[in-house]
Amino acid sequence: MLNIVWFALWGLLWAIYFMLDGFDFGAGILHPFVAKNDIERRMVINTVGPVWDGNEVWLITAGGVTFAAFPTTYAYMFSYLYTPLFFILFALILRGVSFEFRGKINSEGWAKLWDFVIFFFSLMPALLFGVAFGNIFEGLPMDANGYHGTLFTLLNPYGLLTGIFFVLMFLQHGALWLAIKATGNVSERSKSFADKNWAVLLIVAVAFLVYTKFATKLYDNYFSNPVWFIVPAVAVLSLLMIKVFSKTSYIKAFYASCLMILTVVFTGIVGLFPNLIPSSIDSAYSLTAYNSSSSPYTLKLMFIVAVIFVPIVIAYQIWSYKIFSAPITEDDLKDPEVETY
Amino acid sequence: MDAVFLARLQFAMTALFHFIFVPLTLGLSVLVAIMETKYVKTGDETYLRMTKFFGKLFLINFALGLVTGITLEFQFGMNWARYSKFVGDIFGPPLAIEATLAFFLESTFLGVWIFGWKKVSKVMHAASMWLVAFGTSVSALWILIANAWMQHPVGFVVRNGRAEFTDFMAAATQPYAILKFLHTVTAGYVVGAFFVMGVSAYHLLRNNEVDLFKKAFKIGAAFGVFATIVVFIIGDMHAAEVAKTQPTKLAAMESVWNSEKGAPMYLFIVPDEKHHKNAVELFGIPKALSMIAYHDPNATVKGLNDFPKGDTPPVLITFASFRSMVGLGTLFVLVALLAFLFIRKDNLIDKKWFLKAMVWAIPFPYIAIEFGWVVAEVGRQPWIVYGLMKTSQATSLAVTIPQIIMSLAGFVVLYSILGIIDIYLLIKYAKEGPEAASVTAVEGGK
Repeated sequence: MLNIVWFALWGLLWAIYFMLDGFDFGAGILHPFVAKNDIERRMVINTVGPVWDGNEVWLITAGGVTFAAFPTTYAYMFSYLYTPLFFILFALILRGVSFEFRGKINSEGWAKLWDFVIFFFSLMPALLFGVAFGNIFEGLPMDANGYHGTLFTLLNPYGLLTGIFFVLMFLQHGALWLAIKATGNVSERSKSFADKNWAVLLIVAVAFLVYTKFATKLYDNYFSNPVWFIVPAVAVLSLLMIKVFSKTSYIKAFYASCLMILTVVFTGIVGLFPNLIPSSIDSAYSLTAYNSSSSPYTLKLMFIVAVIFVPIVIAYQIWSYKIFSAPITEDDLKDPEVETY
Repeated sequence: MDAVFLARLQFAMTALFHFIFVPLTLGLSVLVAIMETKYVKTGDETYLRMTKFFGKLFLINFALGLVTGITLEFQFGMNWARYSKFVGDIFGPPLAIEATLAFFLESTFLGVWIFGWKKVSKVMHAASMWLVAFGTSVSALWILIANAWMQHPVGFVVRNGRAEFTDFMAAATQPYAILKFLHTVTAGYVVGAFFVMGVSAYHLLRNNEVDLFKKAFKIGAAFGVFATIVVFIIGDMHAAEVAKTQPTKLAAMESVWNSEKGAPMYLFIVPDEKHHKNAVELFGIPKALSMIAYHDPNATVKGLNDFPKGDTPPVLITFASFRSMVGLGTLFVLVALLAFLFIRKDNLIDKKWFLKAMVWAIPFPYIAIEFGWVVAEVGRQPWIVYGLMKTSQATSLAVTIPQIIMSLAGFVVLYSILGIIDIYLLIKYAKEGPEAASVTAVEGGK
């Protein structure tokens, strides 16, 4: 039972991570396009300034929980995906310091350099996380002799499609975030981008759902227990609601986008169960919630910790989002008494 | 160059680099919180400007500590898959707990602190920095509980081909973990204290903001006296715990080759690793080593030659790092006491030589800490988990040598560039002083 609970929590941590850091990535990719001068670029950066770091901790927690609850999966997943993970690390490090470094030297070239870093190293992890999850949905070529893939086998059509799908989702998410958190031209350009991007996202989402039928075994769980179709149904519905809400309230559209990311990730998680990483060549070597988990003692211990502390974390993170709920204006960025990036 | 060596090199490089930034985070978070609390209590604007100035330096430093920490968490699985699989049941939980209890607290309230000057009350703002400081210490506690388990594994059984927890509290509360935690955190406080004193000394030498920097120096000096003494005492207790739990490490730290009852301590030793003896041993204090290690003048200290071949760590590097750390630690106590004395007597400004020395003293606590980690990790070799798993058995089988060379080269290049930029920025903003800090804000520079 605890194995199932931890499988669900494992999925939930990744889903929350993508829901939160997703708009950071989206805003980062978009900022050269929706912000035309230095103060507008700083506006974009400052919309994520107070929260991006807390968002990224969900990734560290997802990694830590994979280690604690499913150590065998952690060991294989991280060593088999060594090179893409290295690139993700590389990108997250550079993107992380860029917020702090960008404004610290008063020079146009310096700011431009870090603007490019923010753009490129937001795009790269967004794409690579998608490619990695696409490959996990397909399964990795692993058996008794270990792993038989390379970086290039990961870049297969389905993996790349999932990567593009993730990028488009995060772009939608980031554009909606900027629509409500930025002001003036930045907000207007983001709204117009969000409206245009939506159609492309819809097409790729449909392509993803169809291709998933052929490239993966994710739908098997759904056909054997059709009640689960509710999850992808909500995903599709929330994608449609983004369009509907965008006409009246971008805040509601953003919440719909949050729900979309959560349910898209869970569409994969439900389909994977009980596998965390299926083997694409021999299902006997799939890493499951049972054969790769920690001892019952550790699962119970971690469950107690999670039940007590995760609600506390969520409570104060919501509190901090509320404190910074006001959109960023140009006047905010010119205020000498308020520290901004 | 084999895969094990490369993986170790990469881990050592990324961990030591990470730990350039962590100690200042540990120490300076507390110091900035103290400064801001003084502002809230007294309403004295000097403390507000002091808080903002050192707060800015704190943030420049924090950025690199944060991002380089992710590498370490990922690296266990990436490079040490067999280790992760074997000990994940035990080693995973403290890492997950660290993220849940500490990282969220640190990152969320740091966000509130940076951007919340006008959005939360003064008290809440100061409390945010205290929460950051608390989160930083909680983080250190859990990662060091995990590290202590590698040094002295307790509360487990080997079952199903791996180590499994039987008693979480035994691992979380073992003396090794508590001492390591206290030693590391107070070492971070030493770094923070010397940093604040050194930066203040720089400005005092130039008669810049004398009032503000005298006050800052005083906070740093008081904190420094406390930290240098505590880190020393805990260090002594920690070494005694090492003697009890890791006899090979102790023997390497002291370069003891042959077992001896009532072992003396030599003030000057030149180890000769090749011939398994010391080339030079001078100024022996009778029975001192037995006394320090076991608190008993007649205790037997087991020598390296009496352990099974291949079970002992590299001696020269462990020994030299340990001696250097202890030497520096002793010096820090004296310097901190002098600093405190001068600021109390209010004749610090006249002691130009001392102020100059304090500026140049800034890097030394960092160096001592890095030596400390070399002792802890090299001294544990050839084990990754002492007595339980060899380092050579712990690497990822799926990762090839070219892959590690690529990532190692990538980290070396990336970390060098970022390290240079970060240290450059720290020096630049430290030199500019508090006035400049608000000028940049007016220009919207940050």
